[in-house]
Amino acid sequence: MRDSLPMKNTSASRLGPGAKRSTPSGGLQAWLPRLVLAPSVAISLFFVYGFMLWTFVLSLTSSRMLPSYDFVGFGQYARLMANERWWVASTNLMIFGVLFVAVCLVIGALLAILLDQKIRQEGALRTIYLYPMALSFIVTGVVWKWLLNPQLGIQAMVQGWGFESFRFDWIVDPDMAIYTLVIAAVWQASGFVMALFLAGLRGIDDSIIKAAQLDGASLPRIYLRVVMPCLRPVVFSAVMILAHIAIKSFDLVVALTGGGPGYATDLPATFMYAHAFTRAQIGLGSASAMLMLGGVLAILIPYLYSELRSRKHG
Amino acid sequence: MANVIRRQTPTARLGRGLLYSVLILAALFYILPLVVMLMTSVKPLSEISAGSLLSLPQNPTLAPWTKAWGEACTGMRCEGVGGYFWNSFAIVIPAVLISTTIGALNGYALTKWRFKGSELVFALMLFGCFIPFQVVLLPMAQTLGWLGISSSRAGLILVHVVFGIAFTTLFFRNFYVGIPNELVSAAKLDGAGFFRIFWRILLPVSAPIIVVSVIWQFTQIWNDFLFGVAFSAHNTQPVTVALNNLVNTSTGVREYNVDMAAAMIAALPTLVVYVLAGKYFVRGLTAGSVKG
Repeated sequence: MRDSLPMKNTSASRLGPGAKRSTPSGGLQAWLPRLVLAPSVAISLFFVYGFMLWTFVLSLTSSRMLPSYDFVGFGQYARLMANERWWVASTNLMIFGVLFVAVCLVIGALLAILLDQKIRQEGALRTIYLYPMALSFIVTGVVWKWLLNPQLGIQAMVQGWGFESFRFDWIVDPDMAIYTLVIAAVWQASGFVMALFLAGLRGIDDSIIKAAQLDGASLPRIYLRVVMPCLRPVVFSAVMILAHIAIKSFDLVVALTGGGPGYATDLPATFMYAHAFTRAQIGLGSASAMLMLGGVLAILIPYLYSELRSRKHG
Repeated sequence: MANVIRRQTPTARLGRGLLYSVLILAALFYILPLVVMLMTSVKPLSEISAGSLLSLPQNPTLAPWTKAWGEACTGMRCEGVGGYFWNSFAIVIPAVLISTTIGALNGYALTKWRFKGSELVFALMLFGCFIPFQVVLLPMAQTLGWLGISSSRAGLILVHVVFGIAFTTLFFRNFYVGIPNELVSAAKLDGAGFFRIFWRILLPVSAPIIVVSVIWQFTQIWNDFLFGVAFSAHNTQPVTVALNNLVNTSTGVREYNVDMAAAMIAALPTLVVYVLAGKYFVRGLTAGSVKG
C-alpha cells in the first residue's frame, strides 16, 4: 500500500505535499522557497560556474593586457608547460603542500593527544594554540618576516647568546626560502588541526580505550592502534582542508617572501596573479588559474563524494 | 586514562612533568611571535637595532602606533593605515550582514521546504566554497567594470557577498537540518506562511549559528587580501592591503616598530573577536569538516 504512494521516504517530503495542499495560498507558498533560493542559484551559476567557463575561454586566447577573443587553442597551456617559472611554482607547491600538510597533521595530532590527558588549564592552552588561525596571512607573513630577518631576528638573537656560528638565514637563501613558508603556515594552521583532532578524540567512546588498557596495551600503542584508526575521517577532512589552503596560498607568499629571492618561492597562486594583473599576460594567467582549479578538483571530488555519502547515511 | 596514570606515582609524575613541558613549549611557539610583535611595536628604533628580539622594551613608546595609524607611508601616500582600517569595516559590516541574511534564508528553504532538486541546488552552491579564487579574478574584474563599481567599496562588498553565501548557506543548512520538523509542519497546517514560520519558529533558535556565521564571515572578509588587492584603488583598500604596502614601501629607514604596530592594528579586530567568542570561531572552522 505504502509503496504505491509516489512519495520519498524522508520525513520532510512526507509532510511537505500534504501541508502545501491544505494552505490557502498553496501556489505561492509552494514557489516561495524556490524564489528565495533563485538569486543565490543565479549568483552561483554566473559568478562561480560562468566565471570558471569564462576563465577557461580566456585561457584559450592570446589575451595580453586586455581580454581579447583571438583563439589560439591550447597554446597558452603549451607556453605554461615550457615556462621555467611555472615549473618552479608547481614544484614549490608540491614541496610546500606536502610538508605543510604532514607537519600540521603530526603537530596537530600530537598536541590534541597530549591535551586530552586531563590537563589543567586546557582551555587556556587551546586558546593559545589556535589564535594564529584568527590572523590574516598578511599579518603572519609580516611577523615571520621580522622573526626570520637574519640581521635582527632569531639568527641575531641566538648569535647574541654567544652561538656566533648559528645560521638561520633561510629567508634570503633561494634554496631554503620555501621552508620559511612552511614554518609560518604551520604556525598559523596547526592549532586548527589540533582542534579538529581534539573534537574527534572527545567523540571516541572511553570504554574502547579502557578495554585496551585492561588488555595491558601501553598508551602509545593504544593511540596508534586503537584511537588513530577511529580518527580516520578527521585525518581525511584535515588533509582536504590543509591541501586546499596550500593550493590557495597567496597572501602568505606576498607578505613573507614576495615570491623571492628572485622567484624562488613563487607558488601557482602568485604566478597567476603576477601574470594576469601585473605582467599583462592574461591568457597565460588564465591557463595557470585553470590548472589550479584542476588541482583543487582532484582533491575535492573524493572529499565531496565522501561528504555526500556520509550525509546520506547520517 | 588519567586515573590509571595517577595511581603509578613516581614514573607517572615524571611523565606528567614531561607532558606539561611539551605543552608549554608548544604554547611558547605559538605565543612568542605575538609577544615579539607587541614588544617591537613599543620599542624605539635604537632599541631594536641594539637589543634582541626578546629583550623587554626599556623606554616603551606609543609613537610607532600613532605613526602606523596616521603617518606611515603605504606606497605613494603617507597617511598611515587608520583610514584603511575604517575602509575594512565599511566593507566587512555590510558584506557580513547581507551574506548571513541570505545564508539563513537559503538554509531554511533548503531544509524546511524541500523540493525536488533542492539537494542538487545545495550541492551546486556548496562548490563555491572550494574553488580557488584565482579562477574568478579576471572575469570578476571585467564584470565589476561593467557594473560601474570597479575599485569601489560597493564592488568589494559584492564580491565578498557573492563568494560568502556558499559558506553561510552551508552553516545554516547544517544547523536547520537538526531542528525538528514537527513544529514547522504544524505551523504549515495552521496556514502559516514561509516568512512567518522563519520569523516565529526558526529565527528565535538561530542565535548560535548566526554568531558562527557572523564570526566566520567577519574573519574571512577582514583577513582577505586577494580580492582586496585585485579590486581596490588607493582610497578603497582594506587594511590588509595597506599593511602589505606599508611593509614593502622602500623609502627611507626601515621602521620595524612601525611595521609591527601596523600589523597589530590589522590583527586586533579578529583577535578581539577570537578572544571574546573563540568557541563560536572554532565551531565555524570545524562546521564544514566535522559533522554534528
